[in-house]
Amino acid sequence: MNNDRHLISILMENEAGALSRVANLFSARGYNIESLTVAPTDDPTLSRLTLVTCGNEQIIEQIIKQLNKLIDVVKLIDLSETDAIERELMLVKTKASGEQRAEMMRLAEIFGGRILDVTEATYTIELTGAGNKLDNFLRAVEKDAILEVVRSGATGIARGQKALRA
Amino acid sequence: MEPITGAEILVRCLKEEGVEYLFGYPGGAVLHIYDALYNQDEVKHVLVRHEQAAVHAAEGYARASGKIGVVLVTSGPGVTNAVTGIADAYMDSIPLVVFSGQVPTALIGNDAFQEVDAVGITRPCVKHNFLVRDIKNLAETIKKAFYIASTGRPGPVLIDLPKDITIAKAEFHYPKKIKLRSYNPTVKGHAGQIRKAVDLILSAKRPMIYTGGGVILSEGSTELVELTQLLSYPITNTLMGLGAYPATDKQFVGMLGMHGTYEANMAMHNCDVLIAIGARFDDRVTGKIDKFCPTARIVHVDIDPSSISKNVKVDIPIVGSVPNVLRAMINVIRDEKLRPDAEALARWWRQIDEWRAMKSLSYRPSDEVIKPQYVIEKLYRVTEGKAIITSDVGQHQMWAAQYYHFDRPRQWINSGGLGTMGFGLPAAMGAKLAFPDQDVACVTGDGSIQMMLQELATMKQYHTPVKIVNLNNGYLGMVRQWQEFFYQKRYCMTYFESLPDFVMLAEAYGHVGMRIEKPGEVEGALREAFAMKDRTVFLDFLTDQTENVFPMIPSGGGQNEMLLAERDEMVSTHDEGMVLL
Ligand SMILES: Cc1cc2nc3c(=O)[nH]c(=O)nc-3n(C[C@H](O)[C@H](O)[C@H](O)COP(=O)(O)OP(=O)(O)OC[C@H]3O[C@@H](n4cnc5c(N)ncnc54)[C@H](O)[C@@H]3O)c2cc1C
Ligand SMILES: Cc1ncc(C[n+]2csc(CCOP(=O)(O)OP(=O)(O)O)c2C)c(N)n1
Ligand SMILES: [Mg+2]
Repeated sequence: MNNDRHLISILMENEAGALSRVANLFSARGYNIESLTVAPTDDPTLSRLTLVTCGNEQIIEQIIKQLNKLIDVVKLIDLSETDAIERELMLVKTKASGEQRAEMMRLAEIFGGRILDVTEATYTIELTGAGNKLDNFLRAVEKDAILEVVRSGATGIARGQKALRA
Repeated sequence: MEPITGAEILVRCLKEEGVEYLFGYPGGAVLHIYDALYNQDEVKHVLVRHEQAAVHAAEGYARASGKIGVVLVTSGPGVTNAVTGIADAYMDSIPLVVFSGQVPTALIGNDAFQEVDAVGITRPCVKHNFLVRDIKNLAETIKKAFYIASTGRPGPVLIDLPKDITIAKAEFHYPKKIKLRSYNPTVKGHAGQIRKAVDLILSAKRPMIYTGGGVILSEGSTELVELTQLLSYPITNTLMGLGAYPATDKQFVGMLGMHGTYEANMAMHNCDVLIAIGARFDDRVTGKIDKFCPTARIVHVDIDPSSISKNVKVDIPIVGSVPNVLRAMINVIRDEKLRPDAEALARWWRQIDEWRAMKSLSYRPSDEVIKPQYVIEKLYRVTEGKAIITSDVGQHQMWAAQYYHFDRPRQWINSGGLGTMGFGLPAAMGAKLAFPDQDVACVTGDGSIQMMLQELATMKQYHTPVKIVNLNNGYLGMVRQWQEFFYQKRYCMTYFESLPDFVMLAEAYGHVGMRIEKPGEVEGALREAFAMKDRTVFLDFLTDQTENVFPMIPSGGGQNEMLLAERDEMVSTHDEGMVLL
């Protein structure tokens, strides 16, 4: 059984309760959610919710059918099935004193990060990218140099002319 | 237009929807609504004795008539009491609209008196729910609720109404039509899929038609009968699908599943093409999934895509409504003058008749003690097979399903998915309100009947004369049977050391009570009871305490691993089956 990771993006009514319906569905049916992000769109009556889940083909098929069945869900797309751009935002606070300082700056640069805040002993770095890129950054940094990590969860959009609209 | 209160708007909406009966129970949060009901008599309110019964009665009404059942309960305990009924309707896809009172908007979240998060509590067991926060949305929300409840795969919809919304005023406009951008069930089947399905269906050597509650919910019985007879294929129904195809017809091989007939389950196990229609491959039907229909290619017609390939992967899925899809299939077959393989079919029928000859529903009759199966056979005879039968949950439910031969849809009303003891009596009341001129009987057990007994008072008040057929075995028989088979007869907590005198109890509520202790008295008692057209009669049949339901597929077994009455002394179950229900 392959347990592939899927990035599913949902356009839904921007109404109280809509988010709980999605979250509830996952817990009630025993599906897992690795991450979930949600915010209103340019059309304030709609929200865009993007989640990462994993499961075999049959489970993913059920997840998509069950999501579509929710009355508040207008449309959805499994971005893992198309050519898509995935992005996640990460804020990391690291130690940055002595020799570490230059090393940390260099690493942030390599990963295309920006240093947003500086103190004598720390850097706060912003990074965006697909989830595995952010993982790689964390792996590259010395473990005890990391003070705090905040990740937004993945979001995404299809490449090309295709657009998910109501 | 004069602005009117939210409570008045609600009542106007009910009238617009043609609601005949409202099943409910008052309380502080809904007082304004009750006040608005006071000065009108178009919508008749039935005052139950427990909110769970309000929902089951509305379900009985809906299941018997095909209309939407409507319920009104107060906040807090009112709505929590209703939850079991709502979950029941959800599992069996019954269209309901439930209104619950709520504390005033300003108090929501304050742990106010009789506040519960009704929308949160019911979310997992409704098709959809709403909390109305603005009087301006009230009428439209109600319209949406009725639309969502009754279209697509039906189900219960709850509207939570804060008290201030019922008091606030607005002009009343009821939308004629409603369109939801996020909800648009597929009704018409895909022509290409239908064509493919017809080809597969006609190529079958050992075909089997397996249909469920979806045929009844969609009023698809006419099309089902036409297609089945056009093909001359064998057909089985799930517990929820009984009556969609006439049980007395020779093509009907009985119910399938855990307590289905030998011929139905063997035909399922050995078929090469399975035509599943409005059925959801429930575990009570499939048995162990790996052993389910091992040689079959499967066509599945269902309006809910999530029912398809959920438990069993199918070869040709068709999303659509039963009558539409079956009509399209019939048209293709007729237009192209397609014929099934007559020779193969004749061989298949000979095989099925051999299985039939096992007489898997035979039981050992007795002159001494009343056999429960015998009571149902007599009930069938006395009512000439025409009564509406509701049932509670347990052994008696299975016997009613096996021995009463349902020839028309909506004649058999029971709780299949949730299996809610207590369902039967209020459901009978609801069915009787829908069809006052038809005989309605509630087949129940000594355990189940005690869960909603208080409704005998409601039935007196609203003159809903039904016949209660209590198969009194002194036990929680269905559970006792499992303890006998799988727990070496350790009958833990399944025997009732104390039972009420049901005859006196019936009389206390103003009804007629009868106790029947000998097989010779069964038919006479039933005749006497049904002759009392305008009385509710409680028939307490003291039945064999040791009788078991057969055939039975033990949990974890395949469809061909059935236990038959008296033949299988040694009952064993698969170890892995023990975790299953
Ligand atoms: C004690 C006990 C024992 C039981 N034993 C058995 C047993 O031996 N055998 C048995 O069969 N059951 C048994 N059951 C019942 C079982 O639990 C399930 O409730 C039942 O099998 C489900 O029936 P169904 O597949 O017809 O689905 P239903 O629950 O009736 O579902 C209906 C299906 O039809 C679809 N549908 C709805 N509307 C439409 C439409 N317009 N067009 C197309 N499709 C539509 C729905 O999407 C759904 O998939 C038992 C229950 C109890 C309590
Ligand atoms: C509300 C509820 N509680 C528990 C059960 C579990 N259960 C299923 S059948 C049954 C026994 C029913 O006893 P009775 O009504 O006497 O029927 P019998 O099986 O004896 O015919 C029980 C306890 C249930 N289905 N519903
Ligand atoms: Mg009993």
